[in-house]
Amino acid sequence: MRKYSVFAVAREALRGHKGWGPHWASPEPRPHYDVIIIGGGGHGLGAAYYLAKEHGITNVAVLEKGWIGGGNTGRNTTIIRSNYLYEESMDIYEHSLKLWENLSQDLNYNVMYSPRGVMMLSHNIHDQQSFKRHINANRLYGIDNDWLTPEQAKAYCPPLDIAKTARYPINGAALQRRGGTARHDAVAWGYARAASDRGVHIIQNCEVTGIRRDETGRVTGVDTNRGFIGAKKVGISAAGHSSVLMQMADVRVPLQSQPLQALVSEPLKPIFPCVVMSNSVHAYISQSDKGEFVIGAGTDQYNSYSQTGGLQIITHTLDAICELFPMFRRVKMMRQWGGIVDVTQDRSPIQGVTPVPGLYLNAGWGTGGFKATPGSANLFAHLIARGEPHRLAAGLTLERFRTGRLIDEAAAAAVAH
Amino acid sequence: MLLIYCPYCEEERSELEFRNGGDAHIARPTNIAEISDEEFEAYFFLRDNPKGVIFERWRHIHGCGRFFNAARDTVSDRFLTTYKAGEPKPNLDAAPETSATVETYEALEGAAQ
Repeated sequence: MRKYSVFAVAREALRGHKGWGPHWASPEPRPHYDVIIIGGGGHGLGAAYYLAKEHGITNVAVLEKGWIGGGNTGRNTTIIRSNYLYEESMDIYEHSLKLWENLSQDLNYNVMYSPRGVMMLSHNIHDQQSFKRHINANRLYGIDNDWLTPEQAKAYCPPLDIAKTARYPINGAALQRRGGTARHDAVAWGYARAASDRGVHIIQNCEVTGIRRDETGRVTGVDTNRGFIGAKKVGISAAGHSSVLMQMADVRVPLQSQPLQALVSEPLKPIFPCVVMSNSVHAYISQSDKGEFVIGAGTDQYNSYSQTGGLQIITHTLDAICELFPMFRRVKMMRQWGGIVDVTQDRSPIQGVTPVPGLYLNAGWGTGGFKATPGSANLFAHLIARGEPHRLAAGLTLERFRTGRLIDEAAAAAVAH
Repeated sequence: MLLIYCPYCEEERSELEFRNGGDAHIARPTNIAEISDEEFEAYFFLRDNPKGVIFERWRHIHGCGRFFNAARDTVSDRFLTTYKAGEPKPNLDAAPETSATVETYEALEGAAQ
């Protein structure tokens, strides 16, 4: 792999940029791998990268039915934060945030991680009590999170309307300064490039159609549209299609797939310095480095794989944004799209072993998987390599729905879904 | 936004009037205090989440207020049929199609042409 540096840019500038090669190789699949990961999003590619880097397992293939970065990795609103309520959540999201901080250096690829601050607006006494509970839980656990008065919130985010006569008056805000954004495509491409460099096979346009097991029930490989590929271990990291894949191994899982929409505006000059969310009125907005406002809408109420969603979901969030930021009322929206997210009943992810030996599941990230990408990938690699979960992901097992030890983060989500 | 045919009101109304109620035809065990953890998990948490036809409950919450069931394709979001609560799963091959379909840009374009 050619290392990217200022010298590489200078050298290529002098010879017309003819020396850049492809980011990753596209080899023919081998008949057998030590590990197959189904799903070439950030979580799957990252897991392959960490398998090679930290566990010395390089005979790995990532099977992607579409193209790298074409799924939810390229469809989200790129927000990063770790201010969750419960220890199980704080463990994995904070692990992830720490990896974000050095990810560009680690991958030698600029993922444009920008800790510009994530601000959650409080509109009433209930919001205030809930946020302060979160702030206290976070600070006791060593995670930064601060309470701001309306004036402090306005100073941090000048476009905010804090007038007491506003339709949605603000009585404070919670701010995680280390939270922020990153470039979602770069995350997928950076992991793919770094994994490919360590010998991982990235196979695009390869859809898994079956999961084969031997007479003892152990995984032996997967059927794909490019034929059978054998594997000692298989990891599923397929977001909205996780339950479809698990059913190929005859396992029902507590997941529901729903459309989640996002939209971006026309590009404007830099005006919006941070990420702002409001749970009560469902506003969710940041400004990308290209200048577009990136706006997250909610999930639709029904199960669907259609990668689209209802218009009323979008207008709901735009209503709130126009009230909170009156200066944006005449901004035109440019694109809208949907992704299929797999939601668990307790709104916490599932990462663990399955009833099928050799089959591992990383799913249920629902509406908040992007921020978890490095941490989830890192711990999923540990799970696959060792056959048992890492300490930081020990509570995210599939069994919790049987034992009743749920991680009820529904109320801790940034916006209601 | 979906257009949904309420079998009680006997008309199509906008999705805004309805609340989705999850999977249909799931019977609560009558001996709920005695069943095992595995059985409770299967009843309460595990779902098929099909990519294809789903049988689901809807409630016409801003209309007649009543629950009914629907068969819908989760890939196209097209309703195959809706039927009253308590009725058995319809035979989809024989069921007459309601005219309630997804309100897509393509469909509207087609009508305009």
